[in-house]
Amino acid sequence: MRGGLWQLGQSITRRLAQADKKTIGRRCFASDADLKKTVLYDFHVVNGGKMVPFAGWSMPIQYKDSIMDSTVNCRENGSLFDVSHMCGLSLKGKDTIPFLEKLVIADVAGLAPGTGSLTVFTNEKGGAIDDSVVTKVTNDHIYLVVNAGCRDKDLAHIEEHMKSFKSKGGDVSWHIHDERSLLALQGPLAAPVLQYLTKDDLSKMYFGEFRVLDINGAPCFLTRTGYTGEDGFEISVPSENALDLAKALLEKSEGKIRLTGLGARDSLRLEAGLCLYGNDMEQHITPVEAGLTWAIGKRRRAEGGFLGAEVILKQIEEGPKIRRVGFFSSGPPPRSHSEIQDSNGQNIGEITSGGFSPCLKKNIAMGYVKTGNHKAGTNVKIVIRGKSYDGVVTKMPFVPTKYYKP
Amino acid sequence: MALRMWASSTANALRISTTNNIIAPSFSISRCFSTVIDGLKYASSHEWVKHEGSVATVGITDHAQDHLGEVVFVDLPDVGGSVSQGSSFGAVESVKATSDINCPISGEIVEVNTKLSETPGLINSSPYGDGWMIKVKPSSPSELESLMGSKEYTKFCEEEDSH
Repeated sequence: MRGGLWQLGQSITRRLAQADKKTIGRRCFASDADLKKTVLYDFHVVNGGKMVPFAGWSMPIQYKDSIMDSTVNCRENGSLFDVSHMCGLSLKGKDTIPFLEKLVIADVAGLAPGTGSLTVFTNEKGGAIDDSVVTKVTNDHIYLVVNAGCRDKDLAHIEEHMKSFKSKGGDVSWHIHDERSLLALQGPLAAPVLQYLTKDDLSKMYFGEFRVLDINGAPCFLTRTGYTGEDGFEISVPSENALDLAKALLEKSEGKIRLTGLGARDSLRLEAGLCLYGNDMEQHITPVEAGLTWAIGKRRRAEGGFLGAEVILKQIEEGPKIRRVGFFSSGPPPRSHSEIQDSNGQNIGEITSGGFSPCLKKNIAMGYVKTGNHKAGTNVKIVIRGKSYDGVVTKMPFVPTKYYKP
Repeated sequence: MALRMWASSTANALRISTTNNIIAPSFSISRCFSTVIDGLKYASSHEWVKHEGSVATVGITDHAQDHLGEVVFVDLPDVGGSVSQGSSFGAVESVKATSDINCPISGEIVEVNTKLSETPGLINSSPYGDGWMIKVKPSSPSELESLMGSKEYTKFCEEEDSH
């Protein structure tokens, strides 16, 4: 991850693209022409977006505003992100819920129609294949958004299980929403600005809720969710309407909501204590170790029935051996793979994400430590370039979340 | 071209946002490209060196700080240590990334800019002035001849940005 100044562009890309190690290997041989472009590509370029390769896509890492200013502006006013590289997916059929519950930890059956939750796709060993937001549209229609870097692997995994499920007579099919684009509108101005563009009353729509509605004259899927810790929405819009919608949102905010790139998105999610798959969560990490036990529904804990349930339920009972925690630290910002030591210099774990918090103006990081060292207030050492610096285990989120709840 | 637009506007945003606690830049913000100063020597890894008398001052270029974004931490070596041309002597951390800083000239470190520990943003606001990093007593001053002059470096940056 470290490079000389001349490698700057590459090192940034590498840090952000760690979610997809396969893509990195490929990119060494791929030219920019092989990268996929969202329908907003030209719009990004015209607005000063600096385009970088990310999970096989050419995406803006930042625009004219610095990452520091963009991050702060999201929390003070708002941000508009093009996240069309992420993969929207609908599962349909009368057996959709039992099918999906085999693959994820969420209590999908228990979700009210029109609501959703963060969830994790697990493997047989209880490790995380991906994290995803799952929404129950109706009892026979589930809408999911999965990470761009995990798209191929997730779809292959779902397809394999779907084949065997259908061969036993199960009724489920999928539709991949490649005809749609995805915009994330985040920050305190998100709701008032979006309200200008729809007749539906957004004040009655709370965090985690989902609706199909007209926005700016186009039929959209709207989820009150995000990846910044702020109130906000993800809007799945037909691709032919995406540019008009992006322009309308920016215009209605009178310039206060700014186009925001992946760089600030990474700072924002880190400040909110949210995992980046590929950094903070991987195939060998269970949701319990990652601190996502809350996402395993009560009924699922009692019944199991998802891949790796034996491992996961045992961990809930006995406690995991390692845990994801947050840190404040002095010195240079910790980065992924920085070693964590206890105050006696013994290795107790590794940083998985870290950086300088634009809102708190100090270093924040997350990583995994051996249980026993995970309590808030525990003093640790973080080793960066051979020198050890003081750190302290800290509760997350680092910046308070502002989800819109009743 | 897009990248260049991005770089210069980022630089403008940086300067505007840092003027309250930092001395105003000595160059105009209306320029199109990163500033390159005559009389300095430049390495292809984007460090500059200014040789005066028996001491050479080393820092990173305006182009480099533009691309890095806001510098939040500077890792500097100890006085008395030695550095060799082309090898790393420290690191600069920005919100975006970590970058090694290479020394454009070999010698003994006679001074480091301790102000950078308190105010790392000096590298953004004044890369050729208050944001200098180390002073070196060169052991082989002839190494300077292998570095680029200002015209050559300007061209080098333009070519690199167009890739």
